Amino acid sequence: MKHVVAFLVAAFVAFPAWAEVDIQEVTSPGGLKAWLVEEPSIPFVALEIQFQGGASLDVPGKRGSTILMTSLLEEGAGELDARAFARRGEELAASFGFDASDDNISVTARFLTETQDEAIELLRAALQEPRFDDDAIERVRRQLLTNIRSDETDPRALARRAFDAAAYGDHPYATSPDGTEDSVSALTRDDLVTAHHNAFARDRVVIGAAGNIDAETLGRVIDAVLGDLPESGAPMPTQAEVSITGGIEVVPFDTPQSVAIFGHAGVERDHPDFFAAYLLNQVLGAGGFESRLTQEVRVKRGLTYGVYSYLSPKDYAATYQGSVSSANDRIAEAVDVIRDEWSKIAENGVTEEELNAAKLYLTGAYPLRFDGNSNIAGILVGMQAQGLPIDYIATRNDKVNAVTLEEANAVAKWLYQPDNLRFVVVGTPEGLETTASN
Amino acid sequence: MLRRALIAATVLCAPVVAWADEMVTHFTLDNGMEVVVVEDHRAPVVQHMVWYRAGSADEPAGTSGVAHFLEHLLFKATDTLESGEFSRVVSANGGQDNAFTSYDYTAYFQRVAADRLDLMMQMEADRMRNIRLTEDDILTERQVILEERNQRTENNPRALFGEQLNASQYLNHRYGVPIIGWKHEMERLDMDDVLAFYEAHYAPNNAILVVSGDVTPEEVRTLAEQHYGVIPANPDIQPRARSEEPPQNAERRVIFHDPRVSTEYVSRSYIAPERNPGDQEKAAALRILAELLGGGTTSYLTEKLQFEEQIAIYTGAFYSGTSLDETTFDVVIVPQPGIALEDAEAALDRVLAQFIEDGVDTEAMDRIKMQVRASEIYARDNVDGIANRYGRAMTSGLTVEDVQVWPDLLQAVTEEDVIEAARAVLRPEGSVTGYLMKAAEVSQ
Repeated sequence: MKHVVAFLVAAFVAFPAWAEVDIQEVTSPGGLKAWLVEEPSIPFVALEIQFQGGASLDVPGKRGSTILMTSLLEEGAGELDARAFARRGEELAASFGFDASDDNISVTARFLTETQDEAIELLRAALQEPRFDDDAIERVRRQLLTNIRSDETDPRALARRAFDAAAYGDHPYATSPDGTEDSVSALTRDDLVTAHHNAFARDRVVIGAAGNIDAETLGRVIDAVLGDLPESGAPMPTQAEVSITGGIEVVPFDTPQSVAIFGHAGVERDHPDFFAAYLLNQVLGAGGFESRLTQEVRVKRGLTYGVYSYLSPKDYAATYQGSVSSANDRIAEAVDVIRDEWSKIAENGVTEEELNAAKLYLTGAYPLRFDGNSNIAGILVGMQAQGLPIDYIATRNDKVNAVTLEEANAVAKWLYQPDNLRFVVVGTPEGLETTASN
Repeated sequence: MLRRALIAATVLCAPVVAWADEMVTHFTLDNGMEVVVVEDHRAPVVQHMVWYRAGSADEPAGTSGVAHFLEHLLFKATDTLESGEFSRVVSANGGQDNAFTSYDYTAYFQRVAADRLDLMMQMEADRMRNIRLTEDDILTERQVILEERNQRTENNPRALFGEQLNASQYLNHRYGVPIIGWKHEMERLDMDDVLAFYEAHYAPNNAILVVSGDVTPEEVRTLAEQHYGVIPANPDIQPRARSEEPPQNAERRVIFHDPRVSTEYVSRSYIAPERNPGDQEKAAALRILAELLGGGTTSYLTEKLQFEEQIAIYTGAFYSGTSLDETTFDVVIVPQPGIALEDAEAALDRVLAQFIEDGVDTEAMDRIKMQVRASEIYARDNVDGIANRYGRAMTSGLTVEDVQVWPDLLQAVTEEDVIEAARAVLRPEGSVTGYLMKAAEVSQ
């Protein structure tokens, strides 16, 4: 009894005061914009820079060039070859991460206040003066080829490849941004220079910073790192058509546990019903023990260790996906249960109680994200990349709470399409055969 | 000269001492439950963790996986909570919860808004003594842990290979048994196994409470006394007695074939001393040795084998040292296509010997110490990481003081210490060399 009371009290008490997330918009002397949260208590800065476009800007036939180019940024720049560059970073105790994905290239930098100027110079050189030395190209190319070969015997990677091929037609999203053994083997230094030229430009950059730095200094820093970049790069990618059809596609692979990815078309991040869809997914299959999928597939039947669903709103295509893995003799049952849940939520929607629980979780969890400079810098970039206003944080929970049961259940009717739900199953599943046609 | 060196050392260490003193508080409740509080008031968030001094290496023979199985079952019913209600309440409060099991510990945690700490403690204290399991819980959740083993291990040849290496490394200690359990033993785990482990290990005098975030030590003390302080100590909690390793006198080899392997490699582990209370110097030297040998682009193995000889695609060296009993020092080499594993192994051995002969590069040592110092500054941005550091250390036999002195000990390691540690540990007779290979070729 005691616990029921505790639960009810918790449910109706408003959430506590926000962390002070005071975002300043900074315009550098050179005209670049950045968002900043000043936090002087620890003597370092987290700087996050994102270039929109990413691996989807690969020139046709040059798949893998953006990934390979990005991996080479820390392999020699300016006066420094790969080893000298790494030594310099260690001397300064600065860390730089360069990562290319479908929609962007992200640069995650962390540097001490005491070595700030030197760290900034190193980062500038990496972004603007990468050397692309031949020996570095060959070394990193061999690493990338090793990753590509590993994916050929990794059930999860195989499932990802088959799903994307079925979902995204002839858009770059349909193939791995790593490229293929053939495409990566054929890349030349010129291809990497082109990829660099296409990706890095002032018109596609968003910047977030958090830590021990003021607006004026940040302006100087971003001009130093990015100011000399060209105004524009390659034309942005075009919209993909989500072409996936329903049914099962088995990818035979000899392994004890089948790995499945499932999904169909989804909903864009800026769609007016995005929050309704987000809440619906919280009920159906987002992380946590309470989701319908976890309850039905894992808790009641013990068919899996993990089953999830998630909205995947990429910049140029929105899908709704999920994944599950079960032993080969049990995956068919897991697929049946998931299909049933998909049909149930499409037909009947969710209950008032479920919707309220989802709202409580999402609104309560939101302020917990803003703990730490590195997390905050990442969030600032994410908000700008999505085109959200600078006061969004204070209004976001209201948007979640504004979704009514009627709205949510109206969205469920079109969002969930059991007939279009594609399952890609990698393994030797018992009782499942390919029914889908591409 | 000496005076200058001393000043430099003091300056180098200053920030480390400062944060450790200002952020961390430690006390013990009357029933023996230790409490660590790591303060960070930047965001209204807390992480609440309870760490038990009980992990897979504390399991009775024949019941491998029971520590981890019990961890799953703590999310079922108690006297006052329905099955699943624990996580439901955490979630309704905007929080996240989970748990993890290792050789030396099992830990449960929630991340929530700071004003929900009371409720979290109430529920966590409840399941320390009051779980109520059904036979159906056992049968269904046993399927879940078997699927977890499928996902982590059976579907992953690298993980299967790692199990065989570990089992060969330890001749007599439970670290040779996988945390998740051997499959054939997991399939037989029952209610009696689970409850026996629970009764033997889950008590306040075998647990450490670690709270980090926007909370004061006084607040934590008040709540902890209210919720955990009322649980009586269990006088039957036994000191952790584990079978010890005999001297290791034979070089071992493990050849593992699997058709799902795409990249072959050589993995080598050496039996190595761990961090011990008041006696962490050898471990500190090994930690620095791992960085120097295989910590990144500038490390010795990478320099020699990737840049100069171009034999390897990847090399690495690993040592953590946070372990209750003897641990391992590991090296790995992934050769370039076309280079046989035997040749890669020979190159690795040659370069390890060369390292000991050459001695330590002073500039490399300076860079690593700069990194160690900076990592203590960066660590303050992630207070939950600091909390984990304490939980792991204190369930591995270390004290708060041992944790706080560790960065200073790393700074104090000399070039001679590193070479001495390398000579002592990189012994063939204490090693296991593993080849992960594609399917054996079938002769026609």
